[in-house]
Amino acid sequence: MREVFYSKAVNEALDEELSRDSSVIMIGEDIGCYGGAFGVSKGLWEKYGAERIWETPISEGSITGIAVGAAMMGMKPVLEIMFMDFVALALDQMMNSAGKLHYMYGEQVTVPMVLRTPGGAKGGYGPSHSQMLSNLFVGIPGLKVVAPSTPKQVKGLLKSAIRDPNPVVFIENKRLYPQKGEIPEGEYLLPLDKAEVLSEGTDITLISYSSMTPVCLAVKNALQPHGINLEVVDLVSLQPLDTDTIFASVRKTGRVIIVEEACLTGGVAGEVSALIAEHCLDSLEAPVIRVGAADAPIPSSLDLEKFVLPQADDIVQAVKRIREWA
Amino acid sequence: MQLSTDQLLDFYHLMVKIRSFEETLGSLFSKGLLGGTSHFCIGQEASAVGVVQGVRDTDWLVSNHRGHGHLLARRLNVYRVMAELLGRETGYCFGRGGSQHMCSMDEHFLGTNGITGGGIPIAAGAALALKCQKSDSIVVVFFGDGASNQGTFHETLNIASLWKLPIMFVCENNLYGMSNPVKRSVAGGGKVAPRAAGYAIPAQTLEGRDVELVWKTTREAAERIRNGGGPELLELMTYRLCGHSKSEPRVYRTREEEDQMAKLDPLATFPKRLLELGCTQEQIDDAANSARKMVEDATQKALQDEPGDRHVALSGVFAEEEVSK
Repeated sequence: MREVFYSKAVNEALDEELSRDSSVIMIGEDIGCYGGAFGVSKGLWEKYGAERIWETPISEGSITGIAVGAAMMGMKPVLEIMFMDFVALALDQMMNSAGKLHYMYGEQVTVPMVLRTPGGAKGGYGPSHSQMLSNLFVGIPGLKVVAPSTPKQVKGLLKSAIRDPNPVVFIENKRLYPQKGEIPEGEYLLPLDKAEVLSEGTDITLISYSSMTPVCLAVKNALQPHGINLEVVDLVSLQPLDTDTIFASVRKTGRVIIVEEACLTGGVAGEVSALIAEHCLDSLEAPVIRVGAADAPIPSSLDLEKFVLPQADDIVQAVKRIREWA
Repeated sequence: MQLSTDQLLDFYHLMVKIRSFEETLGSLFSKGLLGGTSHFCIGQEASAVGVVQGVRDTDWLVSNHRGHGHLLARRLNVYRVMAELLGRETGYCFGRGGSQHMCSMDEHFLGTNGITGGGIPIAAGAALALKCQKSDSIVVVFFGDGASNQGTFHETLNIASLWKLPIMFVCENNLYGMSNPVKRSVAGGGKVAPRAAGYAIPAQTLEGRDVELVWKTTREAAERIRNGGGPELLELMTYRLCGHSKSEPRVYRTREEEDQMAKLDPLATFPKRLLELGCTQEQIDDAANSARKMVEDATQKALQDEPGDRHVALSGVFAEEEVSK
């Protein structure tokens, strides 16, 4: 094992897949000598050249369609959308083409593309540069959606996503890029459809993904000395959801808090909550509680931002509430 | 290169096949045998046949919502196209795609597309793949005057020019985006070709109802593109002698205008031209009658077929393995 930054783990996955398969290409804005807005693709343009690393003008709608068309013709494009907020411009091609073509064209084509994009707030980036928009994609049939939280996950999953014959929305996170974690030596792949129990516990299950997972782990550590033993389950895959892992944890603890950075209404937490209600009612000892962003735009002011986005203390408060339930 | 008599008669045969196909659909709609909607290309047959026959069968086509002419000009099996429209499992896409979402990879037809302007970047992506794969094929993308107002048109022309992609942009300008006339939707006088200058792409506007001219112009442009000359745009002036979809009442234009335009109907003018070029009336009639018979037989056959079952409806959302070329 060795320790790397989350951003470096993404870079290694891209590098390894570009090197392994000549049909892998990258498409995106400022991914050339600049190395991507967050430096994730640093060095790849120099190493693989402009015939593999296609740096584009600012045209999210069309570069997404270009990735779709190239994928239909046997390439494996990895598209970078600089901020997840900008996927609004890419959504038509993801929704009406990428996710549908295999089905609606009678399985004559596949669309083996990956849309990589950093979601979530970095602190002070404001309403159009901070959103976690996972909910936009999970309701579109034909798209796989993953949101890894650790360097180990992000590397193994990105490699799998690039090799998958389906379009994969790969949600990275600006706040996670500078976080370090251990990854295995040598090549490894991780399955796209599996959740991960990151820390076992007995009292309450915290379910989360992306940037909220390290926050949940921190809450676990903070509450441990108070005799509260939390289990932290990372969804990793948002579409499909790994219901086996989710339900097993719920049946063990009987108390569930679902934490996400996205707005609470219409979100992944609501979907997980509904599945638990449908399948695990007998095991529940308390209502499922969701913790997420308020249904409000994310203000630029750092002082205001914390009132909108879920904080560690919101999870602590939720733990208190769920323990009080007889 | 000159067109032989056989080729000219074949073009006419294809044009009649397209017209007959569209008219058959109209009658199936009125009998309640066809669901949803369809966008007919009646009056635009020459642009479809001229372009598709002007490129190689191994060149890739990307079409739009008004794509039946493009499908049949590429000689897709008319029975399977009809079966797709009728929602039968024997259709090209098992009845999942229908008119606006039909594809045949075997015939290098990358698909019709239901989102106006949606096919344009997809075509550029296909062209990028061909460039990466060092193929000598090119991509032809059809769209209308209406799509030239979408961001994807402008973004994609810019990128295709920068990257010198092997792609031919073919605008079938039929003067209306649904009900909106080009004079009120395409700034600068209703022509699309001048827009290409902003992206340093060579473009020309020509009479789209002249199948010989369209064929010749396409052929020349295709060879320049194939030889690495970068993208080009052809604007083919045409007119749909029918409503935007099914049988809408066409309140946005006058019957007088339609009568004037009907005189330019390629299916009315081309037989006269064929006679001038030395074809016999019998040859011309044979070309037309055989086309109509093919459509009639295909329709009868497709009507007998069964729709898919629940499995067809619910499977195939995700691919198990790659099936692309």
